[in-house]
Amino acid sequence: MGETVTRSSKEITGGVHTPRQHDSAHKHVTGAAEYIDDMVEPAGTLHAYLGLSERANAVVKSMDLEAVRNAPGVVGVLTAADVPGENDLSPTHRHDEPVLADGQSAFYGQPIFAVIAETREQARRAATLARVDYEDRPHHTDVVSAMEAGYPHVTDPLQLSNGDAESALSSATNRLSGEMRIGGQDHFYLEGHIAMAIPGEDDEVTVFSSTQHPSEIQHMVAQALGTVSNAVTVHTRRMGGGFGGKETQGNQFAAVAAIAAKRWNRAVKIRPDRDDDMIATGKRHDFHVAYDVAYDDDGRIEALDAVFAARCGFSSDLSGPVTDRALFHCDNCYFLPNVRLRSRPMKTDTVSNTAFRGFGGPQGKIGGERVIEEIAYALGKDPLEVRKANFYGIGERNVTPYHQVVEDNIIHRIVEELEESSDYQARRQSVLDHNAKGGVLRKGISLTPVKFGISFTATWFNQAGALVHIYQDGSIHLNHGGTEMGQGLNTKVAQVVADEFQVDIETIRITATNTGKVPNTSATAASSGSDLNGMAAANACEQIKTRLVAYASEHFGVPQEQVTFVPNHVQVGNQLIPFHELVRQAYTHRVQLSAAGFYKTPKIHWNRETGQGRPFFYYAYGASVSEVTIDTLTGEYHVDRVDILQDVGKSLNPAIDLGQVQGAFVQGMGWLTTEELWWDGNGRLRTHAPSTYKIPLASDKPKEFNVELANWSTNKERTIRRSKAVGEPPFMLANSVLEALSMAVASVADYRECPRLDAPATPERILMAVERLKQG
Amino acid sequence: MTGPLAITITINGEPATRAVEPRLSLADFLRAEGFTGTHVGCEHGVCGACTIRVDGRTARGCLTLAVQCDGLEVETIEGATGNGCVADLQDAFIENNALQCGFCTPGMLLTADELLQENVSPTRTEIREHLSGNYCRCTGYQAIVDAVEQVARQRAERT
Ligand code: FES
Ligand code: FES
Repeated sequence: MGETVTRSSKEITGGVHTPRQHDSAHKHVTGAAEYIDDMVEPAGTLHAYLGLSERANAVVKSMDLEAVRNAPGVVGVLTAADVPGENDLSPTHRHDEPVLADGQSAFYGQPIFAVIAETREQARRAATLARVDYEDRPHHTDVVSAMEAGYPHVTDPLQLSNGDAESALSSATNRLSGEMRIGGQDHFYLEGHIAMAIPGEDDEVTVFSSTQHPSEIQHMVAQALGTVSNAVTVHTRRMGGGFGGKETQGNQFAAVAAIAAKRWNRAVKIRPDRDDDMIATGKRHDFHVAYDVAYDDDGRIEALDAVFAARCGFSSDLSGPVTDRALFHCDNCYFLPNVRLRSRPMKTDTVSNTAFRGFGGPQGKIGGERVIEEIAYALGKDPLEVRKANFYGIGERNVTPYHQVVEDNIIHRIVEELEESSDYQARRQSVLDHNAKGGVLRKGISLTPVKFGISFTATWFNQAGALVHIYQDGSIHLNHGGTEMGQGLNTKVAQVVADEFQVDIETIRITATNTGKVPNTSATAASSGSDLNGMAAANACEQIKTRLVAYASEHFGVPQEQVTFVPNHVQVGNQLIPFHELVRQAYTHRVQLSAAGFYKTPKIHWNRETGQGRPFFYYAYGASVSEVTIDTLTGEYHVDRVDILQDVGKSLNPAIDLGQVQGAFVQGMGWLTTEELWWDGNGRLRTHAPSTYKIPLASDKPKEFNVELANWSTNKERTIRRSKAVGEPPFMLANSVLEALSMAVASVADYRECPRLDAPATPERILMAVERLKQG
Repeated sequence: MTGPLAITITINGEPATRAVEPRLSLADFLRAEGFTGTHVGCEHGVCGACTIRVDGRTARGCLTLAVQCDGLEVETIEGATGNGCVADLQDAFIENNALQCGFCTPGMLLTADELLQENVSPTRTEIREHLSGNYCRCTGYQAIVDAVEQVARQRAERT
């Protein structure tokens, strides 16, 4: 690097809108990329392990930890009483989520103590030796039984309304009602939770955490230690997957590691095994949806009244915004002229559910799609026809239940193009023909659309910071508040910086997220990573560029307009100066070559009290067609073919975006098909390992999988290089799989009846639905 | 409980003699030796993140005990990188964007290489089947299958 490399003055490497590979790809393929468990441990590092409760709802009468303390290698034990600061991890400060439970077991698997030992093995063995005496209370793990038992909400419910649903329902042309159950989902990031804390001077501590939200870890650790944020530094280089599961759920591990590190003044690492990770950390919310809909003879919705109840678990965590987002998304692409939507964030005696890709949006949408499907079966129409009849209009019929006007609607074109490219109509006909012949194997096909709102609905989260330094040799140090969990955020932000300075991307070093470099960051969530951090980084670059231009203009005596950044050089009047050369000169002339960038999303506002506002900056659109085959004797099925057209605006990186779409789809497919969470009568999660919880395998992925980005699309709003967010929207493309399965099931009763297939549509559920319909 | 046992394992060509607890898994053993490209995802033999080679055959590092490998040759992703045997697969994974978080990647590469050694021109279905013991939560497998298929073609052309 540096002087010996002649850099092109024609074109830079890794600019925006190019399919640049992931910045860590070369390290991932050799195993050299460092995750927290791979770091060299400081001498004397201790290991912590959590002791979990074994009751769903009980008073902890006594805990005998003698055997734990006396086990080989054990250094000490922590209980609630040992939390030096506040024993609370609630991200919304509701004081309902202890670091270690205090006298009460709120779910089966709640951490009630932690054991610290010389080795992980010793800590893990010792953790099994506790003798706990419980006094059982009745428990409810299911959302419906919690509602029936009169359980409270963990947070305030939301109501959205527009028009007059009640009178429109009573004067309906046609009307139907029903209910749907939607299962939860374990994140199953391949790298489980992990944290390592290293004590510092005074009250200081440094925490390495596998987290999507370093600032919150910092805050929670400070609170648990009884100190302030400036004593805590959190460092996150990368995660082995996050998917929302590391937005708040890392707090517990980081807090325990930090408390132990300060107490014993040694580095402390904590990594639960997979079972404990699945038992003790939150998941996607299961929902129960009850709907009542009025519609005309063309299938146009006249009114909808729906209640979305969620299994939130024992505490609020993020359940408020998750259930809000379910309501924000149940309209999907459909105009609801008269509508009333209510959420019920139910307390249950289970682990506290949390963020997961889509954040309630998928549950909202699949509930909304059920309504469409019901109407289609009731009228004997292709559901696609009903969908189109209900699409938001352009310039009319475009107000959402939360009173935001849909201004950037491209769903008509997306669906039209996909219908054409996937040959939907002809294939649907051949599916119908195939099923008409009878037989054991039945087919189904479905086209479903997606419109997903982009922004955190808590408006203040829509801000970001970045830190850019140029060193004297022209090399660039890039830091921003987002975290890398595999999604390629660091690559995209580096592309933005490369483009700003017009330098090869190799000039830029992306550095680990660190609360000491960029403070007060938001979680890398809500698909907002590149929108927010890309803009903040661009802002930092602009500040430095402005200084460089001013310097060059003055020093070389040319007007500022004649100083431009061209590939790896700066054009100053007639002179072409290598970038690093200008930087070196600027340094000797005392130009500041570092800047902190900032960005906040414009235009957005939201009033939860009135249920009105513009919570979303823009929408991302997409659509998919899935074709499936089911075996009506066993309930087994295959996804034969999937076609996708996804809007990512003007893609910052088409290769990374394509990977996001493929990965999100398959993850969504897992949620709706094989991933089933199951609690037994004692309120114990029994699907707590991959042996009983089945995520999609390579053999499950669609046999034919055609994924395209809508390359004509551009963001109407001024986002970073007019791109759109991509993390979550494509997850919901998997909705077409559930509906295709539903169609295949419906064929056994000649499509007279909507099969009302609940999610996940496991082979057992398919078989039961087939049997039910056959019996008519 | 028995105490530590002395064993000699050849790791990536270098013999290492160590005293280990009989219950120590090969994955933990290798990681402690600094071969951290062997990842542990589930620690009970399902996810494949810990895939390594023992005497040339892929094995689950989390289900194999270190003492079982006394006198055997173990190869990790670091060793496979060093001797270049998976270089083409590594290039193809990078080129096809067949990784995101990368946690599954080392295991996936060794499993893919095993397939290509056994079957020089696998169909896409055979690739999918063979990789079905290796979880990937990020990519949806499409790019991984593409990459493996591409290398199968390249290797066939070379021979
Ligand atoms: S860690 Fe060995 S198979 Fe999952
Ligand atoms: S790339 Fe993350 S698990 Fe495969």
